[in-house]
Amino acid sequence: MKLLAYFRSIAARFFRRSEIEDDMEAELRSHIQHRTDDLERSGLKRTEAERLARIEFGGHERFKEEAREALGGNFVETFIKDVRFSLRLLRKSPGFTTVAVLTLAVAIGANAVVFGMLNGLILRPLDVPQPENLYGIEHGNEHNMYESYPDYLDLRDRNRSFDDLAGFFITQVGLDTGDNPSTAWVYDTSGNYFDVLRIQPYLGRVFHGSDERGPNSAPYIVLSYAYWQAHFQEDRGVVGRIVRVNKHPFTILGVAPPQFHGTLAFGVPDFFVPLVNLEQVEGRSALNARAQSSVFMALGHLKPGVTPDQAAADLNSVGAYLEKTYPTDHGATTFVLARPNLYGNLMGGPMRAFVSALMLLAGLILLAACANLGSLFAARAADRSREVALRLALGASRNRILRQLLTEAMLISLAGGALGLWGSILLLRALSVWHPISRFPLYVPVSPDAKVYIVALVLALVSGLLFGIVPVRQVLRTDPYQIVKAGPSGTIGRRITVRDVLLVVQVAICGVLVTSSLVAVRGLARSLDSNFGFQPRNAMLVETELAMAGYRGDQVPAMQKRMIDSVAAIPGVESVGLIGRTPLYGGGFGAAIFTDRTTDLRPSNAAATAMRFNISPEYLHTAGTALLAGNGFSWHDDKGSPRVAVVNREFARKIFGSTSHAVGGGFKLRDGTRIQVVGVVEDGKYENLTEDPEPALFLPILQAPMSETCLVVRSNRDPRQLAAAIRNTLRGLDTGLPGLVETWTRQLDLVLFPARAATVALGVLGGMGAILAITGIFGMAAYSVSRRLKELGIRIAIGAHPSEVLQAALGRAFKLLALGSAAGLILGILATRVLASIVYQATPRDPLVLAGAVLAMLLLGLLATWIPAQRALSVDPLTLLREE
Amino acid sequence: MPVQAQLLPGTLDLLILKAVSLGPLHGYGVLLRIGQISDQALLIEQGALYPALFRLVRQGLLNANWGTSDNNRRAKFYELTSAGRKRLREETAGWNRLAAAIASSLAAQPEES
Repeated sequence: MKLLAYFRSIAARFFRRSEIEDDMEAELRSHIQHRTDDLERSGLKRTEAERLARIEFGGHERFKEEAREALGGNFVETFIKDVRFSLRLLRKSPGFTTVAVLTLAVAIGANAVVFGMLNGLILRPLDVPQPENLYGIEHGNEHNMYESYPDYLDLRDRNRSFDDLAGFFITQVGLDTGDNPSTAWVYDTSGNYFDVLRIQPYLGRVFHGSDERGPNSAPYIVLSYAYWQAHFQEDRGVVGRIVRVNKHPFTILGVAPPQFHGTLAFGVPDFFVPLVNLEQVEGRSALNARAQSSVFMALGHLKPGVTPDQAAADLNSVGAYLEKTYPTDHGATTFVLARPNLYGNLMGGPMRAFVSALMLLAGLILLAACANLGSLFAARAADRSREVALRLALGASRNRILRQLLTEAMLISLAGGALGLWGSILLLRALSVWHPISRFPLYVPVSPDAKVYIVALVLALVSGLLFGIVPVRQVLRTDPYQIVKAGPSGTIGRRITVRDVLLVVQVAICGVLVTSSLVAVRGLARSLDSNFGFQPRNAMLVETELAMAGYRGDQVPAMQKRMIDSVAAIPGVESVGLIGRTPLYGGGFGAAIFTDRTTDLRPSNAAATAMRFNISPEYLHTAGTALLAGNGFSWHDDKGSPRVAVVNREFARKIFGSTSHAVGGGFKLRDGTRIQVVGVVEDGKYENLTEDPEPALFLPILQAPMSETCLVVRSNRDPRQLAAAIRNTLRGLDTGLPGLVETWTRQLDLVLFPARAATVALGVLGGMGAILAITGIFGMAAYSVSRRLKELGIRIAIGAHPSEVLQAALGRAFKLLALGSAAGLILGILATRVLASIVYQATPRDPLVLAGAVLAMLLLGLLATWIPAQRALSVDPLTLLREE
Repeated sequence: MPVQAQLLPGTLDLLILKAVSLGPLHGYGVLLRIGQISDQALLIEQGALYPALFRLVRQGLLNANWGTSDNNRRAKFYELTSAGRKRLREETAGWNRLAAAIASSLAAQPEES
């Protein structure tokens, strides 16, 4: 009730302001008239009496102000006054205002962008109905979600935790709509996929579980909205049309809704086809093989009331069943549940770590900015101490003055926040339509939403409070009498002030940022230099998929041989080799390796898991992979001759003990094939740049054919001319051959993308840190010079040497700078331990990095103190003394 | 004119309540009444009266209504509410206790002087 009355009084005060104001004025006037009457009666003239009455009454405005306060509810009014006054003050010092607003805009903008990424990539679930209980199934022992199709069926039918379980595979196909064949990304999904995700079609219909009637029984396509828009011009008559997928006829059933982008953040499909048609899409029939992964991820909604832990326990019992029933295909089979959009913990883990680290750094930036503004505000408050003292002397309460100072800080922080948010919205929008790697269906869903706005607002308010309260103590201590008496150059204490601490903190934070970004850049430079086990420079790649062009069985190796021969005949080409898919680019499949003596070939008996590549005899030479012992293959190693392989040094060490023992030795694959080693090559990088040396083996394509084809063309010719020549040659072989020609270094961009992105992000944050350091030191130095201009003038007048003047003016600033930099360097080195896990070969114990960081901080310090130092040196004592 | 004493903080409200309890008064009247009942011994800044009056009205201890004064001028008259009467009783009792305690403390004499 009381509260209600209070609000009513506030509302009344606000809306009936003039009425109450008039009432109050009338009452005070009535008082003075009554007093005047009395004084007149005692014999004074009316005018004299009125003058006396007014004097006796005291500070009219002050009492009115107090009376207003006593009435309550004048908060809004005071606030509006404060805002007006603050705006006036800020307009009077545009330099200060601009610097402060820009500093905050940069800091808050950085935070908003990083939070937008955190929000879009990690916090925000997939845009499907009820995403909160949608989970993917991840393997407990290795962080991937692959299943074989039979295993998926068992998981689907035997679990008791999921409403239903869908599965999908992601792959690239050739799509022929009648005019121009193109490649497209496709999800091969289980029939129930759309029903499990509760997705309704935008147009036509989607396929269902009931459409599946065995292998290749459901030649249907559901287009994604974006693909329908881009490639079918939103033609509503597309439903029922027949198109060719890898030369097989498929019927378009419908179009998925616009907000549905598939179930992976980094793999947006162009269309969906049923998984039972995998053979037509992939060119391999793996629906019955438990050893082959045909399902990229299985996912579904948990039943109401089932927790992820319960579901995992339930799935583990299915896993135990699979392990017992199919011992040759399964080792220990355990499961955990994970969010589908970032492919569980495989990508989600590092991504979360990286974005959290960025968030931390952005927070540091904001803190540094607050420290920066805090010291600016403190300096400003010190300069305004006379004004404050005057206002105190005139009867303003300290509360009101503090409130006004805080209002000023809030105005700046809100303006900075708004500006920063605006910038970050632009940047985030640009990011979400950005395709960092043009040939991958990457989708960065970071468009800003309400959460981003709220976070930016809260950050702005909190930082406004943070730097706004810095000068509070100063104001509270103000003694108006002393200050008005002493004048502006009143002595300042030589002890450590809040400003000094703030500057050290700020410089330290900037030191951390600069050090970490240097570490990241060095790490990237090193990982570009490291030995991949092949030479990507001056090599062109020609990627194609022969199954897409309709080649089957023995046609595949024959066609591959023809391709090699005709590309090799192009003038300027030194050599041409062939590999199924290149290492570091999804090439190589993990293959279980058994020693020659093993007879029980179950997974648990495997001696090693090796990356397996299928290559032509010329590949090793063309790729620049060094042969350490033995020989490569020849075209005579075909189906009719004994199986042979080239292995790498790590393979040799693991299986045979040493390189020299390996040549001539034998090993077995899962299916029992015995293979003899004919050569050993150097180790390389196969899956990612940060991996430890891994065993690898290379098999000749004539003995282990595969339709996926990548030609490596080594040549010194200009890449663009060469690419055109290669395309011509291939067209001469088969006009329907889909293919992509690019340099090997360009392909590696994808592999290096995370490291590059991290480096760019860190570089930007480091740059921001450096700018903040400069403005902070500059502010501090400029302020200390301006405070002591008179003293410096006297020093110069009595013949001080320039170095002594500098010492007096900036010695303190330099000491603080050195202290802050040292602290920042040490903290930065500690912080980069975290970095080392993301950026390959990032190590803080690198003399170059250390020297670079020290040098950078020194340069920043010099740069920031240059102008104030010039000003200190150019002081003209005469002018200065005359002015006072 | 007798020597005037500064008011102790917080006592102005009590004095106003007391003055108004003797009959409805306008602001200037309150001032005169306090002067009269204190034998002009207490110094009150005239303007300081109004914030106190408004505060008491807001606390529901006083009621205010416009009327006409003896000088035939428009003036705002204050009178006690029942809550105000209760507060006056409590504050008076509290003040008397405090005053008695202080007085007896100050009256204490050393053994010899």
